[in-house]
Amino acid sequence: MGKIAAFFDVDGTLVKTNVIHAYAYYAVNLPSLSDRFTRALRLAAALPFYGLAEAVNRKTFNDLFYKNYEGISEDRLIALGEELFDNVIRRSIFPKMKELVARGREQGIHQVIVTGALDFSMAPLARYLGVDHMQANQLEYRDGFATGTVRHPLLAGPTKAHWIVKYAKEHDLALDRSFAYADSYSDYPMLSLVGRPCAVGPDRQLRAAAKAFDWPVLEMD
Amino acid sequence: MRRLLERDLTRQIDILDEKSAPRIIHSGEDILVEHLPAGTRVIYPNPPMRPLANPRAAIRYALNHPIDSDPLHALLRPGMKLTIAMDDISLPLPMMKTPDIRQLMLEAVLEMAADYGVDDIELIIAVSLHRHMHDFEVKRMVGEKIFNAYWPDKLYNHDAEDRENIVSLGFTEHPDPSIASDGRSEPGGEEVPHRREEVALNRRAVESDLLVYLNINLVPMDGGNKSVSVGLASYESVRAHHNSATMVKCHSYMDPKSSALADSVDRMGKLTLSALKIFQVETCLNNDYFGDSPLAFLGKREDELTRLERAALDATVWSLKKMPREAKRRMFHAMPANYGLVAVNAGETNAVHQRTLDVNFGQYNVQVKGQADVLVCGVPFISPYNANSILNPILVQVMGLGYFFNMYRGKPLLKKGGVLILTHPMPDAFNATHHPSYIEFFHRLLPETTDSATLEKRYEEEFARNPTYIEMYRHGNAYHPVHPFYMWYWGEAGRQHVGKVIAVGTDDDFVPRTLGWASAPDLTTALDMAKDFTSPNPQITMMHHPPIVIAEME
Repeated sequence: MGKIAAFFDVDGTLVKTNVIHAYAYYAVNLPSLSDRFTRALRLAAALPFYGLAEAVNRKTFNDLFYKNYEGISEDRLIALGEELFDNVIRRSIFPKMKELVARGREQGIHQVIVTGALDFSMAPLARYLGVDHMQANQLEYRDGFATGTVRHPLLAGPTKAHWIVKYAKEHDLALDRSFAYADSYSDYPMLSLVGRPCAVGPDRQLRAAAKAFDWPVLEMD
Repeated sequence: MRRLLERDLTRQIDILDEKSAPRIIHSGEDILVEHLPAGTRVIYPNPPMRPLANPRAAIRYALNHPIDSDPLHALLRPGMKLTIAMDDISLPLPMMKTPDIRQLMLEAVLEMAADYGVDDIELIIAVSLHRHMHDFEVKRMVGEKIFNAYWPDKLYNHDAEDRENIVSLGFTEHPDPSIASDGRSEPGGEEVPHRREEVALNRRAVESDLLVYLNINLVPMDGGNKSVSVGLASYESVRAHHNSATMVKCHSYMDPKSSALADSVDRMGKLTLSALKIFQVETCLNNDYFGDSPLAFLGKREDELTRLERAALDATVWSLKKMPREAKRRMFHAMPANYGLVAVNAGETNAVHQRTLDVNFGQYNVQVKGQADVLVCGVPFISPYNANSILNPILVQVMGLGYFFNMYRGKPLLKKGGVLILTHPMPDAFNATHHPSYIEFFHRLLPETTDSATLEKRYEEEFARNPTYIEMYRHGNAYHPVHPFYMWYWGEAGRQHVGKVIAVGTDDDFVPRTLGWASAPDLTTALDMAKDFTSPNPQITMMHHPPIVIAEME
């Protein structure tokens, strides 16, 4: 019999922030004032477009959104990742989810973060929560600078589910007895993989699905 | 006692003949009107005791004239830490009309505390492993004024999983090795390890100078040592007695002297009383559910209904058939009962509780001679565990085998191997907010085994530690993850005694089959089926619930 695992989405599930908040932090914390101004302006102008893209497809949204990181150095991103955690993410962690992760750890549940966010912004969170593994998207770099392209396959929606199946086989995890936590209907594939899915502060579509399948719902209010 | 003597207690049992009117039988949110065979014995509840004329005055009198204790005012002093704990929404049921008796008790105690300069006061709802009450439910229970003054910081639900706020008082001196060798609920079932009795309680209650407990003693298994030692306990503490080995040795829950559960709680209560200063206030309500409401005819004998009342009954049955189930459920849950306060006693827990039990038995006990081959019980829309919610399949089970079967003192009303017929539609429906772990218990565990000891050994721990369910209990409104197990253990003594359970009028046979029950489309068919398990001419008894009736077996 395999081990029990718990898979966590991050944005809206473990923390209140999302990738746009994270990028905004990077944009306004760049060393060059002009660069900072340009990126912030570009982000503001593109927000409605991103909203539309996310409504259509989370994967499309992520592909488009990560173009924003083009030209930023890897060192800078890593350093800002730590700052982002200290200044933004730490205080945005849902206390109930922090407690839930701690209980799971005490019980020896193998805990994994699976997120469409970028690795450098998630690494401090994974360390802080003490999870066993963190799987996130990674940017491609050329000469130490981000190209604005994400390494494929991009982790979002169905690809999260594919990754979990592969990971579970490699680590002898019993998915039928495992947990998954997510807030968005885009993570329905990941939730439907495990025996104990849980909708966390779910969006309208996921709430409807949870109701239809009698999945537990954790309210974050 | 005078109130007992004023009631006509001589005719609580009808023997039906060919001319008898059809009987009213509850079936979830519906009402059935059914002819039962001639010779069927119908046991009716006693008439309601006459309520006290002035409940507020009665409460004040009890606080000032307690049993085996100084009056409450003599226990109060400025600067002290006072905690007031109270029963949760599982009592009474249906909910009582406002003001709830807890509000009246709270007002009296808080007023007295203010007069004596007590400022450090917290109010705790003793939910034990029940779900946390919603804010609107708490407001209704304590009244708007108290709610606005104390909720949520100084008036809150107990949390049995809040490790930082649970304090262990130690263990009772009850090793009882017999439980370990006894912990098999049926041949072939798995043996479960004996659990020692640890008393671990709410820190605020333990660290208070005085704990006042406000109780509603609806049935004899409520109150007494159970109030604090269970209501404010941790999961580890509750499982010392809420386990398959202990609960199968209760004959019955309604007779504390014959209940291993009550024995365990009393041992733990003794330890609690040695460590905490407790002032127990217990109340008894009569069984006047319907009062002069439009449904008052449901509380009358069928043969005594007037033409108008019979027409109202027919119209009600017809209307209910036409209404969607959810609408009926909401309507019934919104209808409060007309309970009247018939007794209030305060002081030392055990002394108070003995008086309470005397009143409970006086209200509910009906002398019955001879066991039945077939027992018919109508299961209504409500149990202690689904206020404002759905009576799901596990709760139907606990109503039938846990409550109705156990409504006896002496020996069971139903013969060993007899047939229990329950009327309820038993939809495969759960409230995912209140009963999330019930869903997994019903759909994943019961198809594998229905043996309590096996379920306990294989799965209770796994459920108890489920992080999702724990979170939903602690910060949502879900029952503790192990609660469906306890509901199943609760029915184990009945399950082992009853030869067959037949569910009547179910939506389909999936739910009863999963519980290990047979099903029948109607009562006539069920009574025919019962003959195969008993005799061609079985003695049939119907318990006319609600209101509550307990068979005092001769």
